[in-house]
Amino acid sequence: MTVDTVDRRPNRLQPPLIFGTAILTLMLITALLPQFVAPYDPTRFDYHATLAPPSLAHLFGTDMYGRDILSRILWATRIDLQIAVFSTVGPVIVGTLIGTLVGYYGGFADIVLNRLVDVVVTFPFLVLVIGIIAILGPGLTNLYIAIGLVDWVFFARLARAEILVQRRLDYAHAARGLGYGPARIIFRHLLPNAIGPIITYWMTDMALAILLGSSLGYLGLGAQPPLAEWGALIADGKNFMATAWWITVFPGIAIVVAGFGFSLAGDGVADLLRRRE
Amino acid sequence: MTENLLEVHGLRTEYRSDGRRFTAVDGIDFTVGPGEILGLVGESGSGKSATLRSILGLIKPPGRVEGRILWRGRDIHGLAPSALQRVRGAEIAMIFQDPMTALNPVLTVGQQIRESLAAHTDLSASDRQRRAIELLDLVGIPAAASRLDDYPYQFSGGIRQRAMIAIALAAKPALLLADEPTTALDVTIQDQIIKLIQRLAAELRMSVILVTHDLGVVAESCDRVAVMYAGRIVETAPVATLFRSPRHAYTLGLLQSMPVGRSPRTPLPFIPGAPPRPGDSLNGCAFAARCAFVGDECRHGRPETRHVGLDHMTLCRRAEALPAALEPA
Repeated sequence: MTVDTVDRRPNRLQPPLIFGTAILTLMLITALLPQFVAPYDPTRFDYHATLAPPSLAHLFGTDMYGRDILSRILWATRIDLQIAVFSTVGPVIVGTLIGTLVGYYGGFADIVLNRLVDVVVTFPFLVLVIGIIAILGPGLTNLYIAIGLVDWVFFARLARAEILVQRRLDYAHAARGLGYGPARIIFRHLLPNAIGPIITYWMTDMALAILLGSSLGYLGLGAQPPLAEWGALIADGKNFMATAWWITVFPGIAIVVAGFGFSLAGDGVADLLRRRE
Repeated sequence: MTENLLEVHGLRTEYRSDGRRFTAVDGIDFTVGPGEILGLVGESGSGKSATLRSILGLIKPPGRVEGRILWRGRDIHGLAPSALQRVRGAEIAMIFQDPMTALNPVLTVGQQIRESLAAHTDLSASDRQRRAIELLDLVGIPAAASRLDDYPYQFSGGIRQRAMIAIALAAKPALLLADEPTTALDVTIQDQIIKLIQRLAAELRMSVILVTHDLGVVAESCDRVAVMYAGRIVETAPVATLFRSPRHAYTLGLLQSMPVGRSPRTPLPFIPGAPPRPGDSLNGCAFAARCAFVGDECRHGRPETRHVGLDHMTLCRRAEALPAALEPA
């Protein structure tokens, strides 16, 4: 095999990654600057146009107070993106760290982690999070805490498994044979090789966090009124489903698009990491 | 004789799997002198790699290592991890069979050489960069400077093994453990790598333990040979002596099955049977079941080391029954 036969295009962008990042970029811009994107103030009541169906003036219609649905969905992007990031950043870091150390050192900590994973996996995720919020009280901050308390376990499990594989490979033995210390081996050699699936799962997890945040918002346990949040918006429309479908349908589509964006980006990143090997 | 760099006494390495113990290395002794290239030959599973890994302390529990490993007169077996780290890489370095997997895929080759330098020397960042280029140059990688920023996947197998050697040489080790460094390579590249190791050993006054199952490689490059069978060293001798008058029936069988100096299309002699599986309980010589010279005394008791000539040791109790010398090919 000569050097020239090696695929030298590991960084060529693929459609999933392009579409995924495009959606996420648009979401990010909307989240940062909703006042420039949204046509109306999302909290302004207009009693002359309550429950108005989609029209040129209100593309997605209005709700029972005459608030513009499109504007509310766009403003909600900020909250839902926050939920995606804030509720997963902690678990990714803490979970990866714990999983990595447990995977490398094993022993008693490994047994403890595995039993903990078993316990958490046994409970339905949503029920566990609702249980924690019931103790802490509703609201976004408590939502982040509740998700964080449970979610790190999944990253720990993933990181542990990846490190178990990596530390058996020759380059890990070679690193030990070169007299490198454990810290250097773990963080410079093993972790960079194990991080791919973790980043990919993080992308998926952010989509799941949005779904979870919306579910809790719908149940009134997440974002509190008058804050616009996709799940809460859907809840707003539940009494008008038969007469004003637009109140629930459009936020629902927004959730689907966001989830789609994260999934595509996650796929794209996974693909990119695979091709780099 | 000058003082030995490495002395191994009674090395025993056990692995555990499904609650059963497997003895990979079954009480071996050997020495490596300064600047010496020792060949360690044997079939797959004879304990060659386990021996190397035991020396560096790379056997992890539940695997177990017993015996004394004297490095410059100091026992490094059972040393605290931090003390062992100062020996590993700095004084004893190791290269692996498959250069595809022994290099870290996410770091450039330059990064990996510089890291080894940073771990073992006091060189400044710019000196490390310069030294990294020197090292790639030393192991014969063309256009060394331009290849530092390449990732391992951009290298061919032979170049990758050269890069691996460059990383191992970074700290100027006194002993290089080479674990079948040519097995995964093309035949033409194999020869280049062996020549490279020979040249480096001579230039840098470095000792080498070369693990291989290729007797041709041994004949060409080693000073002394140790033949391993079923976890034991069955014969040790200087290369010329071993190839001329092997004093163990197993070695004799190996040498006779080499296709050197035979007319084409004649059947090649081979050793019948298969080596004992790890975990088989043995009484007597491990090779007895396959041996053409087997006698009654071979079937009982553990064979003891016998001196049969200058620097020539064997475990074979029937050494005198073997032909005195092989016909030169």
